[in-house]
Amino acid sequence: MTFTLPAFTPAIPEMFVLGMGCFILLVDVFLSDRHRVVTHWLSLATIAATAWLTVTVAENAGLLTFSDMFINDSMGNVFKLFTYLTVALTFLYARDYFNDRNLFKGEFYVLGLFGMLGMMVMISAHNFITIYLGLELLSLSLYAMVALDRDSPAASEAAMKYFVLGAIASGILLYGMSLLYGATGTLDITRLGVHIAEAPDINIGVMFALGFIIVGLCFKLGAVPFHMWLPDVYEGANTPVTLYVGSAPKIAAFALFMRLLVEGLGGLRAEWRTMLIVLSILSMAIGSIVAIVQTNLKRLLAYSTISHVGYILMGILVGTTAGYQAAMFYVITYVIMAAAAFGIIILLARKGFESDRLEDFKGLNDRSPWFAAMMLIVMFGMAGVPPFVGFFGKLYVLRAVIDAGMIWLAVVGVIFAIISAFYYLKVVKLMYFDRAPEGMKPVEASLDMRWVLSGNSLAILLLGVLPGPLMALCARVITF
Amino acid sequence: MSELLTKLHAFWSALTTYWISLPFAWQLTLKSLAGIVAIMLPLILTVAYLTLAERRIIGFMQVRMGPNRVGPWGLLQPFADVLKLVFKEVILPTNANRFLFITAPVISISTAFAAWAVIPFSNGVMLSNANAGLLYILALTSFGVYGIILSGWASNSKYAFLGAMRSAAQMVSYEIAMGFALVGVLMASQSLNLNDIVLAQNGGFSHWFWLPLLPLFVIYFISGVAETNRAPFDVAEGESEIVAGFHVEYSGTAFAAFFLAEYANMILISALAATLFWGGWLSPVQGWHFLEDTPLAFLVHTSFIWFAVKTCVFLYAFLWFRATFPRYRYDQIMRLGWKVFIPITILWLVLEGVAIVLKIPPWFA
Amino acid sequence: MVQAVIFIVLAAILIGSALGVISARNPVHSALFLVLAFVTSAGLWILLEAEFLALVLVLVYVGAVMVLFLFVVMMLDIDTTTMRQGFVRYAPLGVVVAAVVVVEIGYVVWTRKLGVTFGTPVTHAAKYSNTRALGDVIYTTYAYPFELAAVILLVGIVAAIALTLRRRPGTRSQNPAKQVRVSAKHGRIRLVKMPSGRSRGGEAP
Repeated sequence: MTFTLPAFTPAIPEMFVLGMGCFILLVDVFLSDRHRVVTHWLSLATIAATAWLTVTVAENAGLLTFSDMFINDSMGNVFKLFTYLTVALTFLYARDYFNDRNLFKGEFYVLGLFGMLGMMVMISAHNFITIYLGLELLSLSLYAMVALDRDSPAASEAAMKYFVLGAIASGILLYGMSLLYGATGTLDITRLGVHIAEAPDINIGVMFALGFIIVGLCFKLGAVPFHMWLPDVYEGANTPVTLYVGSAPKIAAFALFMRLLVEGLGGLRAEWRTMLIVLSILSMAIGSIVAIVQTNLKRLLAYSTISHVGYILMGILVGTTAGYQAAMFYVITYVIMAAAAFGIIILLARKGFESDRLEDFKGLNDRSPWFAAMMLIVMFGMAGVPPFVGFFGKLYVLRAVIDAGMIWLAVVGVIFAIISAFYYLKVVKLMYFDRAPEGMKPVEASLDMRWVLSGNSLAILLLGVLPGPLMALCARVITF
Repeated sequence: MSELLTKLHAFWSALTTYWISLPFAWQLTLKSLAGIVAIMLPLILTVAYLTLAERRIIGFMQVRMGPNRVGPWGLLQPFADVLKLVFKEVILPTNANRFLFITAPVISISTAFAAWAVIPFSNGVMLSNANAGLLYILALTSFGVYGIILSGWASNSKYAFLGAMRSAAQMVSYEIAMGFALVGVLMASQSLNLNDIVLAQNGGFSHWFWLPLLPLFVIYFISGVAETNRAPFDVAEGESEIVAGFHVEYSGTAFAAFFLAEYANMILISALAATLFWGGWLSPVQGWHFLEDTPLAFLVHTSFIWFAVKTCVFLYAFLWFRATFPRYRYDQIMRLGWKVFIPITILWLVLEGVAIVLKIPPWFA
Repeated sequence: MVQAVIFIVLAAILIGSALGVISARNPVHSALFLVLAFVTSAGLWILLEAEFLALVLVLVYVGAVMVLFLFVVMMLDIDTTTMRQGFVRYAPLGVVVAAVVVVEIGYVVWTRKLGVTFGTPVTHAAKYSNTRALGDVIYTTYAYPFELAAVILLVGIVAAIALTLRRRPGTRSQNPAKQVRVSAKHGRIRLVKMPSGRSRGGEAP
């Protein structure tokens, strides 16, 4: 059997993360609890080096390797860079939180890095097998991270729910993939796209496969009616884990949508558009309305995620290049905002006090004007108030929808955006116009966390003032 | 006389014509059946005499006589035992799961016998020349644990259940080390077919795999002892703690079935050790040409005798262990399996891989 | 012909045992039915000349996974009546989902619109080794997914250890290394020199 070695260069970042993950795992075993911070910095250094490697290998863009199962393209590289950014933010924010609770263990970092590897694999996947394996790698890491706090019944329950529902979703996705394989005889995304495009008529088997795949993907993304796990997991997990679950995986899930639906099943655009319209409207509706009655900020942010997922789906379902670009812009900016929001919750929390109830934010302005302002930026950003980046995300998506002639859908989107603005503004009201309960201590946090969190929040403002470069980047890498 | 011969001849030719007239599938089935009988009967006899040998050898080691009353030197003792067991009542415990209680010994014994299908007794003499023979044996031995678990659970007795649990954990743990040891063998021989594995060791005592795979060989045999739940790994029976473990509720023929399975498994493990690491039916003095013209020439040739002798050596080791070692504690068993054997096997596989790449003679050339 | 008969018999047992898994009242019986299902599907794979997969299925699932599964299930004290609560209420939904799935599979198998033909399986010579063929592609064409699967297993190990290995205060465990190092000379036995005394009054002590 003749066999030529595949080109390893395009996949160097992945191999590096894997190697460093194993290395950190080993190093961590020999560290005492006092020196655990070595793991922390080592993980961050790994992410930084991976980012540098990704930029270095970016010149190989468009290259397929490993028997066409791995693709290195500029869209993937941009996704990867933002993934690194959010994972690094998670690690930075998590340190003090875990330190305070005697949970500062190397496993969080190792699982985090392996989860990141899973996302990288998903983003670079060009074959159903690799898509599925990347997804499982990510999911398994996430389940374990949610369950890490063994002394918290809520975390265990959340992990259990997440695991069971996630396993079902994986099964459904796999089922859809196997149906597609049965119908088309290929697992390769490009060949699948060609096959579908050339097919004379739409096979009902393929339609069912499409349905299963969309259900599986929406499960992972958290779109209604497959959102049940989201609020419980967000609330039950430790806040840094919530931050991890709620941020970077959305980018990877979006990449999956691009690879599977747009590249692979682009020929069935008309069919999946109908499905996504329903899912999108439901997500926006449930996300915006149910969030109003929440008293827990993490739960509220979970519903807010659901409604944002609705807008992301709206961008995808348009089916035009502008739509995909807008959706990509939306995902990236949403992830940055989510990181900042959970970062502030972590910042305010301390031992024995999670600071995840809405009332914990009462009078934040008196305790820490600066971070109250940061939270204000995040909330305005999420609500889509003009100078902040959330506004442009919604604007681009809605514009793409209108350009495609679906004005009614844009109207629905605007209505729900207004409804959701209510609860974001409620948080702002609590911070600025309510009195803090007695005995609230001033905010204390390490210097690096203060700086990074401030930078993260100010980025929302900065990107809002100058949305051009990011949008240009999205426009450059998405060329479908 | 000649009339009888003619009749016999006529009968024989009639038989052959009938044989030829049979469809191929029937021929195959009948052949296989004949093969199964040809393996099973000697095997059961060996088991019978193994029990006697065990008692006599351990008696010898403990400076006592052992059974020597039934027949000359006690040679009829096994038959007396069998008769006794067969005529005893099989008692079903109250609230036992009747179906599983009866099925469990059947599973035990059938897996113990079925594995013999792929063992080569001499060059090419095996019931099924299967490609994946090694995997087949691994799969079947791993299936044997069900006999023990089910008997423990179906007996509705806490002693039996404890024994079953201990045995399940132990067998699953040692299967891994055993599997890795076998991976070493298949790496060295480049085949899963047991006949090919033996042929790969062609060339005399020093060419056999026990030498390059010495740690794997030792681990394989110790794991084999643990897999068969023999002393010193017999916590599943543990007379001093849980009476008789998983088969405490069994009597009569059902008990005999477990007994038979245990000894058949011992013989199987010994035969496998002989096949995989000691060159099966190959002669240890292969290539000693000066023996060719002497009456000892048969020693140089490959034959079933060598296979039998090697198997007996390992069987003797089984008995020897039982007479020598005290029973392991449960946590020591687990520790030995997981923390000692598995790392050693993995390490040795890496070294072996290097040796194969470097083509180190005479084994990997 | 013989193969068809074997296939039908195995398939019938497989479906029967799969039904048994979900309908058996006793969880241990369910698990055992699952074992039977695995064994029969291994038989089906052997019919397809995929002997490696078949044997590994038995080895891994029957020999290890299901043993541990039974291990746990046998120890559990499952109250089947509470498990069955709400069964009737949710049954119609389950039936609908099952019907949909059955129709789908039926349709996909039935339809050949996209030009998919279900050819007869290729038969191979007796010496053909399915194991070698599998090894040839796994370590070449599919090396990347193979390694990924290995990483998933690694994450599984890390997760399992991280979730279960906890040093709780108050638990005692043995240190075998320490036990082995023990010797009679160092601190285990203390020999004390005593002057031999004489018992008073001549009575036995």
